Amino acid sequence: MTTASRLPDPYGQGGGANLADILERVLDKGIVIAGDIRINLLDIELLTIKLRLIVASVDKAKEMGIDWWESDPSLSSGARRDELARENAELRERLARLEQLELGRTREEEAP
Amino acid sequence: MTGLRYVYAVCRPFDAPLQAQLTGVGGAPVKMLAHHGLVAVVSSVPEGDFAEAPLREHLEDLDWLGATARAHQQVVDALTAVTTPLPLRLATVFRDDSGVRVMIESGEEAFRRTLDRLDGRVEWGVKVYIEGGEEPAEAAPAAKPVSGRDYLRQRRNRAQEREDRWRAAERFATRLHGTLAAHAEDSRLHAPQNSALTRGSGHNVLNAAYLVPRAHSEEFVELVDHTKDEEPGMRVELTGPWAAYSFVDPEGRGAGEAAGTGGTGDTSGEAE
Repeated sequence: MTTASRLPDPYGQGGGANLADILERVLDKGIVIAGDIRINLLDIELLTIKLRLIVASVDKAKEMGIDWWESDPSLSSGARRDELARENAELRERLARLEQLELGRTREEEAP
Repeated sequence: MTGLRYVYAVCRPFDAPLQAQLTGVGGAPVKMLAHHGLVAVVSSVPEGDFAEAPLREHLEDLDWLGATARAHQQVVDALTAVTTPLPLRLATVFRDDSGVRVMIESGEEAFRRTLDRLDGRVEWGVKVYIEGGEEPAEAAPAAKPVSGRDYLRQRRNRAQEREDRWRAAERFATRLHGTLAAHAEDSRLHAPQNSALTRGSGHNVLNAAYLVPRAHSEEFVELVDHTKDEEPGMRVELTGPWAAYSFVDPEGRGAGEAAGTGGTGDTSGEAE
């Protein structure tokens, strides 16, 4: 057995691991045994936890200048509206140009 | 010891002393419960927190969950320093010691098999991030589009830049994973973390775990260190050594990737 051998510092004691790393392992990995107290951890799946992390930290994150979700259409209805508006504008523009093209072509055809 | 029994891990008996003052969930002292040549590492937890109803409620509380997860991990970490523990999932709780003994008996064979397989190995976590702003082109707004065509071209260029960055990141991550997997006994690819709110910046593109013999850990860590400056715009992050959380199941749970080393000789029967 080599279990007593020194492991390289600074990585001892889960160094560098953040709460997400720890939660990922203790909630999602490891041996699953049905104890006397039956809790289905799948009820609170990791995804939910992560969303909760986000929700719980919104203010803190904003302080830190992280606000990516505000521009992420799947997380912010405001962003979804912006995205739709942008797409809408773009489509109108394309349509207008196509109509012009079409109009030009028709004129050419009509021209003797 | 009154209250319920919280089990952190199962391991073989070991002589090395655990760090003094090791405490578990709720600050309770950690105790070894030996049975049938195996040891369950347990501590007492109050019914008021760990009976079904309060536990369910607590798990919804991020602060409580975070503190409990850290306490759980701290015990498993201490064990990893002196032996090879099989880490149990968070909040595995029994009524009393005899419940724990029954658990050991019913899982005995699988525990031994898994302990044999993992003996002397640890898990290293490696994550790769795309560094820097997510949208460089938008951070520095380009010249105002003068026409619809101009606007569309700018938009296309931005999309192209982004795609190129992702391609490069994917190539780098794939290559790195290949190298590391070749130096590990086994590996698992986990879902990338939503990294926006965890420490640091960047987008997580690789989140992998590698099973490495303790004796080879130093080389493995050096190998990871060497890759750090290999690719501009990428950040490589190493965590560990962890107990082999990701490898307690021989095949990997769910849509597990095939084991890197063909060691599938004794995987008949499940680990659970």
